[in-house]
Formats: sequence, structure tokens, C-alpha cells
Amino acid sequence: MSLDCGVFHTRYESDMGLRPRPLQRIRLGVFALFVLVFPFVASPYWLDLANQVAIATVGAIGLNILVGYTGQISLGQGAFMAIGAYTAGLLTLNFGVPWGASVFAACLVTAAAGTFFGLPSLRLKGLYLAIATLAAQEIVEWGMTHWTAVTGGTEAIVLPAPVLFGIRLNSNFNFYWLAVLTAAGTALFAANLLRSRIGRAFEAVRDQDVAASVIGVDVFRTKLLAFATSSFFVGLAGAMIAFHRNIITWERFTLSTSIVFLAMIIVGGLGSIRGSFLGAALIALLPAMITNVGRAIQDTAPQAASLLPYAQQAVFGIVIILFLIFEPRGLSKLWENAKDYFHVWPFAYRRGETRTG
Amino acid sequence: MRPAAGERAILELSDLTLRFGGVTSLAGLTMEVRRGELLALIGPNGAGKTSVLNCVSGLYRPQAGSISLTGRDGARHALQRLAPHRIAALGVARTFQNIELFKRMTVLDNLMLGRHVHMNGGVLSGGLYWGRQREREIEHRRAVEQVIDFMNLEPLRSAVVGNLAYGNQRLVEMARALALDPHLLLLDEPTAGMNAEEKESMARFILDVHEEQGITVVVVDHSIDVIMDIADRVVVLDFGRRIAEGRPEEVRNDPAVIDAYLGAKADDPGHDEDRP
Repeated sequence: MSLDCGVFHTRYESDMGLRPRPLQRIRLGVFALFVLVFPFVASPYWLDLANQVAIATVGAIGLNILVGYTGQISLGQGAFMAIGAYTAGLLTLNFGVPWGASVFAACLVTAAAGTFFGLPSLRLKGLYLAIATLAAQEIVEWGMTHWTAVTGGTEAIVLPAPVLFGIRLNSNFNFYWLAVLTAAGTALFAANLLRSRIGRAFEAVRDQDVAASVIGVDVFRTKLLAFATSSFFVGLAGAMIAFHRNIITWERFTLSTSIVFLAMIIVGGLGSIRGSFLGAALIALLPAMITNVGRAIQDTAPQAASLLPYAQQAVFGIVIILFLIFEPRGLSKLWENAKDYFHVWPFAYRRGETRTG
Repeated sequence: MRPAAGERAILELSDLTLRFGGVTSLAGLTMEVRRGELLALIGPNGAGKTSVLNCVSGLYRPQAGSISLTGRDGARHALQRLAPHRIAALGVARTFQNIELFKRMTVLDNLMLGRHVHMNGGVLSGGLYWGRQREREIEHRRAVEQVIDFMNLEPLRSAVVGNLAYGNQRLVEMARALALDPHLLLLDEPTAGMNAEEKESMARFILDVHEEQGITVVVVDHSIDVIMDIADRVVVLDFGRRIAEGRPEEVRNDPAVIDAYLGAKADDPGHDEDRP
């Protein structure tokens, strides 16, 4: 960690803080202010996007705990989000459970499902484990569309809008506060977890599982904990999706959802909470940006504009490839680099930041 | 002060047999490590030195024989059926021949992992990072800082381990083992790949660990230069058997050792694979 001039920690408490330096706290404050003011100035369109980003952030943090921090590749993100969404929705719809309680129940059910599908990690690593989680994805997808009695099959499930403190969260403006608080809470919980005992064990398993076991980490238990914790937040994201649109359709939880989320954490930065947010923001906003470009060039180049919707998938792919080639550590690392550059600006070059996250 | 040698054994291996398919790595090995001693385990390549450490730390399961550790509390534990993390919890720490650190983590986090077995706290308390959990983290940070001080790692505290020079990585790995506050420390070729100066500095650390902290140490090495100088006792292995044992100067003159290991064979002294 680089030290700022004039910042001297005299207690471990202050050195071990999440934001140990004043400048970091100021940046966080500015960002918080932006988040507070944003809904009052943004159009409903942008508010809707912001809600999507907040929900995707929760899901991406969940996935990053498993993939980025613990090194267990999962292709089952869509399935786990589906379990969260359907559990929350069906509990509310069929049993009249208050939406808050059903969201929490959905998190727990998803955590249990994640732990179950994490069992192959006892023997499987890397791509082999990825294929095992792909099985989870396929099983759940089949269940969603064929277990008609429970899930309604390919029909959409319509939910009542959640009510919080007497306010119906039926508009994007009202839902925004719930989404942002959930995302912030998830980020804080994950950041705390990852700087304490279990989080270190996650990273140890990722970097060197043999050494982890010899230093006293129960590797299999730690992997299952990672699956459970990750799935908890992924399930939360799924439940949030259900209550954001007040509708559940199986198309939102397919294999391509899993891949989009993997793209988020790769583009954002594996093993980084900030990266989870940045990646979620970029990937969720990419289609909107392409649409806006299309609108802007509609008059000058109508033919190009009409082709743009088809280009969406291609742009998506190109962005991922560019990141893999030029900055495998993602947007999070770019942000670090920018900070490093301005750290002593306009003076000389400084050695890079060593702390990640 | 160094406890007198000849006291009760802290670790006893008896009739330990380990095979990989048709290859016998340990052939009924019997040996002991005494409380408070610095034991060197030497032998030519393929003699089974690292296999001994891997059996003791639970990475290999021997087909036959037993490994018995006398814990801090005086109770005896059969290690041959325990998982590695349980053995670590009994106070057995080790380093590896090919440094096995958590490369993307900082030195500090690597050492904090050394405290893993001494800490409590699960996902929920970690995520909330409140009250007891926070105090625990700080308490163990304090313990880790003592190890950092002992190993002179202050300048590297916040460096990412993968970026460190080779010699420093060796020191960090030893520091991580020390952070576990070990009862028995196993060092697998701690001076491998080091120059003379680094070897001496490492030997100094090993002696300090042994003498100042009174930790029982087993050092595996095939370079005899440094290790023979600091060991209290030497066990020599060849083909998975113990061929000699004693004080360094005794072992050095043992004909069996000279024949098997020190390269007295007139034709080709350096190459073990040429041996019958």
C-alpha cells in the first residue's frame, strides 16, 4: 500500500479500515452525494437503468465472491437468480408472505441450492467445475419451463408491487431507494467479509489450495461457504429483479444471463467489489448507449442506425475481448491506474498501488 | 535455552510405508523427532524426505505405519488419518520446496492466514465486522506484527507477494508458518535456490526460531553445507529408509552415508539416477 504524505496510522484499527485515507473517504462521500441527487434530476428512463445497474451490482458481487475471490468458475448464475426470483415471487403470490420476508427466504433457499450445486467442487476444479455448474443451469432452466404447476411454465408470473413503510414501490423513483440501499449493503457486507477471516480463506483457496489446507483452512468447507455466500446475494439479485418489474419470466434467467454476469465481473475486475459495480454498470448501460448512438445518428446515417441494434451483441463481444487483451484486471484496475496517475500529479511517476479491491 | 536432547519424542513415525503405484517412496520408515531439537532430514534426490513431510502434514496418506504427534497439551494424536487443516490446528506448520504462497494477496494477508486456526468467526460475523470480530482481527494483527518484526519484513508488509523477489518469498513463507505459532515447524529445503549470503541469513532465522522461541524444527535439505552446521541431530534417508542417524559429525563419517549420499562412488558422484 502506498502511503499518502502526512497520513500516519498509529493504531491498527485505523490502518485496517476499509477507507483508511481521507481522500478515499472524500471520494466515497462525493459518490454518495451523486447517488442521492441522481433520482431527482434523472428521467424515468435513466432511473430504470440505474435500478438495473444496482440489481446487477448485487448479482455481480455475489458472482465475484465465488469466481473472483474463491476461484470457482460458475456458469449457474442465471439458475441461482431464477431460484431467488421464483422463490420470492411464489411465496408472496401463493402464500401471501410479506415481500420482505419472501426475499429473505429466497436468499436462504438460493444459498442452500448453491451449496448443493457446489458439492462437485470437492473433486472438480476449473473448467470441469464450470461444466458441473452448467448442469445446475440446465436443470433449473428445464424446471422453470416444464414444472408448470409451480412455475407457470413459460407463462409470466405477475406480482404485486412491494410496499415499504406504506409507500408502494411501483415507480422507478420509489424502487431506486430500495435498490441502492440493497446494493450498498451488499457491497459493505462483501467488503467486510473479504477483509476478515473467511474472506482471506476464500482467496487462499483460490491462490493455492494445498498451502491453504496446510495452514489450517478447511478447503472443501470454505468452497461450500463461498458457494453459499455467493448464492445468497445472487438469489437476492434474482428476487430484486422479480420485484423491480413485478413480473417473472424464465427468459431472464438463461445461460446467456450467466455469461453476461461473467462478462460483468471480467470487464469490471475479478476479485474486486468496485469492479463488480463498474462491470455491472458498463454491461447494463451498454445497450442503452448503443441505442442512444443510434438515435443520434438517425438523421445523418439512417442505414447505419438501423443496423445498430444488431451490432449490440458484437459490441458486447468486442468489449470483452478488448478487456481480456488490454486490461485483464478490468475497469477496477483502470481506476487504480488513474488514481495512481493523479496521486502525485503533476509530479513524477510513483510506484503502483499494491492493495487490490 | 535449548532443551536437552534425548527428551520425549514430539513426533514418532513407525513403519511408515508410502507407495505410488509401483514406486515405493517410504519403505517402513521409523524415526522420531525429539521435543525442542533442530533435526535435519537429509538424503539424495528421491530419498523420500519431502514424502515424510507430506505424510506428517497430511497431504499424503501412508499405506501402512503410524505417525504420532504429542500435542501441546501432552495428548497424543495419530496424524495418519487426519486432514491437513486438522493437523495444522494441532500446531504443525510447514513451508514448501517450491514456495507455495498466496501470490495475489499481500504479505500481511498471507501472515493473517497463518492465524486462521487461532481465529473464530464465520461469514456473518465477518460480513458485519462488528464488535468481537473487529477486536479479533486487531488482536491477531498484533500477533502477526510480532512475526513481521521478528523476520524483518516491515518494508514488505503491504506488498503483493507475487511481486516479491524469490529470497523474500522464502522469508514470507517461513513467516506465514511462524504466524501459526507452531509447536512443530517443518521446513522443506528452506535454502533452495539461494546464494551463500541468503543461505546464511536463512540459517540465522532458523536458529533464532529454534533457540529464541524454542520451537521444534525439522529441516529437509540436500545441501549439507548450511544445515549440517546448525542441526542438533541428523537423520539420513535413502530409498525411503533411514540409513543413519546421529550428531552431524557422526553422520558425516558414517560409511553408509558416504556411500549413499556424499558421493564416494568413484565413477559418477553427482548423479543419483546412476546408482544401482
